[in-house]
Amino acid sequence: MPIGDTVPLTAIRWDDVLFVVLAAMLLGSALLVVTMRDIIRCGLAMIAAFASLAGIYVLLGNPVIAATQVLVYIGAISVLVLFAIMLTQTKNAPARLVFQTQAWAAALAAVVIAAVIAISVTATTWPSAGAVAWTDTTRVAELLFSDYLLPFEVVSVLLTAAVVGGVLLARREPDDGEEDRS
Amino acid sequence: MSGSLDSYLVLSGLLFAIGTFGFLARRNAISMLMSIELMLNAVNLTVVAFGAFVKPLQTHAAVIALLVIAVAAAEATVGLAIVIAIYRNRKTPLVDEYDSMSE
Repeated sequence: MPIGDTVPLTAIRWDDVLFVVLAAMLLGSALLVVTMRDIIRCGLAMIAAFASLAGIYVLLGNPVIAATQVLVYIGAISVLVLFAIMLTQTKNAPARLVFQTQAWAAALAAVVIAAVIAISVTATTWPSAGAVAWTDTTRVAELLFSDYLLPFEVVSVLLTAAVVGGVLLARREPDDGEEDRS
Repeated sequence: MSGSLDSYLVLSGLLFAIGTFGFLARRNAISMLMSIELMLNAVNLTVVAFGAFVKPLQTHAAVIALLVIAVAAAEATVGLAIVIAIYRNRKTPLVDEYDSMSE
């Protein structure tokens, strides 16, 4: 039996319900990422934020980007971040102070940015904004391998350079062995 | 609500502001990198939202979002490698203790 467009017995659309739930999850977990004391939990909250953003991409009719979000962000970047956390945190490090001494200025800057963006977005009428349309994956692939071929190749070179650079930077120098790891 | 471009753009603006706060306020270098990832995600959400609502931009937005994700992955790799390299020298991930040039 197909599900209707609206929540039964009300005029609320399912899309709106999903949007509110996913947006609340996204903003809530993003706030947890920047405020929690234990950095491992920050990393796990970041995974929750990425997952809810993938849901929002599906809501926007873009399943390719949602799948890429899950594969690259949840599958790769989160694991990278969690490994970096494991390599850099000492037992007593989850320090007394989570924030810098000027955190109030950062909060002020963030509030100003949010207010400016919200005001300018709502004050603008976007000329050709229609309804949400489902993105055709085949056309995305065709465009990626025709008009955007050069950026695609440049990104592949960039990724190779990033891998080589990451290995080079994180590698232990041959001469600093175990003796200076006190 | 889910049918208007404004709500998605405001959402991404809020996410960007949260990321800005985290980047400026946290002491831990890895927390700062996570905040940068949040900001990149906010920008990507803007791109995809415009693509979903403005018909001529639709496929272009998806391609640009894919490229942004790839570049973000490269950025995360190099950034975390730098943090690990600094940690190996200074034995701390807290950025306000990287003060050897302030003397």
